[in-house]
Amino acid sequence: MARLYDLASVVRSKNSGPFEITLDALFEDPAAYQRVKQSGVITKKLIATLYHVEEASVTTLVFFDTAYGLKVTFARRVSSGTCLDSDVYGAQQHIPLAYIEIPD
Amino acid sequence: MRPFRILSPCGMLGYGFPEASFHRGMALQPDAIVVDAGSTDAGPHKLGLGTAIVSPQACKKDLTLMITAGARAGIPVIIGSAGGSGARKHVLWTRRIIDEIIEEQHITGKKIATIWADIPKESVTRAMCDGTLLPLGLAVKPLTPDRLERTTGVVAQMGHEPFVEALRQGADIIIGGRAYDPSPFAAPAILHGYSPAYAYHLGKVLECAALCATPGTTKDCMLGTIDDEGFIVTPLSPERKCTPLSVAAHTFYEKDHPYTLHGPGITMDLSGCRFTQYDDVSVRVTGSRLSVDDTYRIKLEGAMQVAYRTFVLAGIRDELLLSHLKEVESAVVRQVQAYYHEIDPDTYTIHFMNYGMDAVLGDCEPNPAPGHEVGVMFEVLAPSQEMANMICATLRSTFLHYGYPGRKSTAGNLAFPFAPSDIPFGPVFEFSVYHLMPVPDGLTMFPIEYDTAGGERHGTVV
Repeated sequence: MARLYDLASVVRSKNSGPFEITLDALFEDPAAYQRVKQSGVITKKLIATLYHVEEASVTTLVFFDTAYGLKVTFARRVSSGTCLDSDVYGAQQHIPLAYIEIPD
Repeated sequence: MRPFRILSPCGMLGYGFPEASFHRGMALQPDAIVVDAGSTDAGPHKLGLGTAIVSPQACKKDLTLMITAGARAGIPVIIGSAGGSGARKHVLWTRRIIDEIIEEQHITGKKIATIWADIPKESVTRAMCDGTLLPLGLAVKPLTPDRLERTTGVVAQMGHEPFVEALRQGADIIIGGRAYDPSPFAAPAILHGYSPAYAYHLGKVLECAALCATPGTTKDCMLGTIDDEGFIVTPLSPERKCTPLSVAAHTFYEKDHPYTLHGPGITMDLSGCRFTQYDDVSVRVTGSRLSVDDTYRIKLEGAMQVAYRTFVLAGIRDELLLSHLKEVESAVVRQVQAYYHEIDPDTYTIHFMNYGMDAVLGDCEPNPAPGHEVGVMFEVLAPSQEMANMICATLRSTFLHYGYPGRKSTAGNLAFPFAPSDIPFGPVFEFSVYHLMPVPDGLTMFPIEYDTAGGERHGTVV
């Protein structure tokens, strides 16, 4: 097993507009990218569980082979910069994704 | 067609860039200098209050280099989303800075275009009644007449069309209100007949300047060269290079989908793109596609005030308190609510963020155990600043002296870094409008005004 954080060269989160968070994992090593993609571990259901949102709120989960990248987008529970938001830029929301364990 | 070059000095006007990189870019004879000045990233208050993201001094420093170089080379200087949010106040703020530069640098005879992006509320109301106003995202609250009334103002993201029109009219300096980030970059190449697909995809890369290079940054210059086959991106600092992976990866950045991008009236499809190393530091991109949408929709943005805040920052080191922190916080809230029994507790909100436990991720935190110390930010959100101050003062003194079971540090629970400890924050905003609205075309909603540097205004041309 290995954490996604250790397999990817970039794992990040950011607002995609004020109402969504988008998570990216980018890989320098095509084999690591394929390992993550082929594992089938990362699903909308798992993202919904980790980020405490409805599965229907996970609007995008795409592997993009051209860039060896994974992108996940889900609806924010609180919109950016208003009452009770904890991360205005959405820049530190990647950890639940990053700690997913990927089988060998 | 000859190669057409766009110089992007930095990813945000006012973030700054190395002068040497900029001069290296100017030496390559660009056809336009374009910069993005806006973002919704920093939150709704800028739009709500009409304030900027960067200081006027920083904005002026960047613009002085751009405007003097543009005037000397006889090429247009184009600003998108002026002033941060691109509303009337932000555009005027930028205009005042430009007027100072023009005067100080003795620039004359340059045609200045100002493109307004403010949308009359009556237009939004009409679309709301027609049912043609679409929320942009699952988390967007429905717009009601009351929420629209409370919204301080509405702007829309313009496409390339108003910039193309201003360039066609011979504008030397264009101050664009709120714009789709890539649009001002795409406009000059589209005017000169280059492929909109490449112009927009290049614009998408250039709006963040050198962020697509390695090492990436928004604070350095980037040159884009568009030709018949595609486009080439070249960093302008010897410290940076672009690789196929760095540029491909950038298409991911802060967008909801990796290869489908929606702009005003257009949809980009980047799924078939090829990224190849062009020279040691540059990357060529081919295969970008763009389609024109059947209905032209613009993205509206508006903010409304929802509360006032007062907050306190404090540190906690006592291990017994840390082991029961959340229970103590809940008990403190109950005591404050009981003290203000004449105020309905639903009219205000008390909120704790425990840095060192779970302040960043909240209930999604995989490891919420506290370390040896925790930083607590607690706040009161209320309908007036006075009420927020009053309740926060009681909250602070209650928390400071709260006697939890087994307490040993009986002199006080909180280490305040500052005196006074309570910080009145002012109003809190939220994005109340984040909707798509159909429009007849890309020009109608964005009036353009022209005048000449050092001369008279020419009135409004739509």
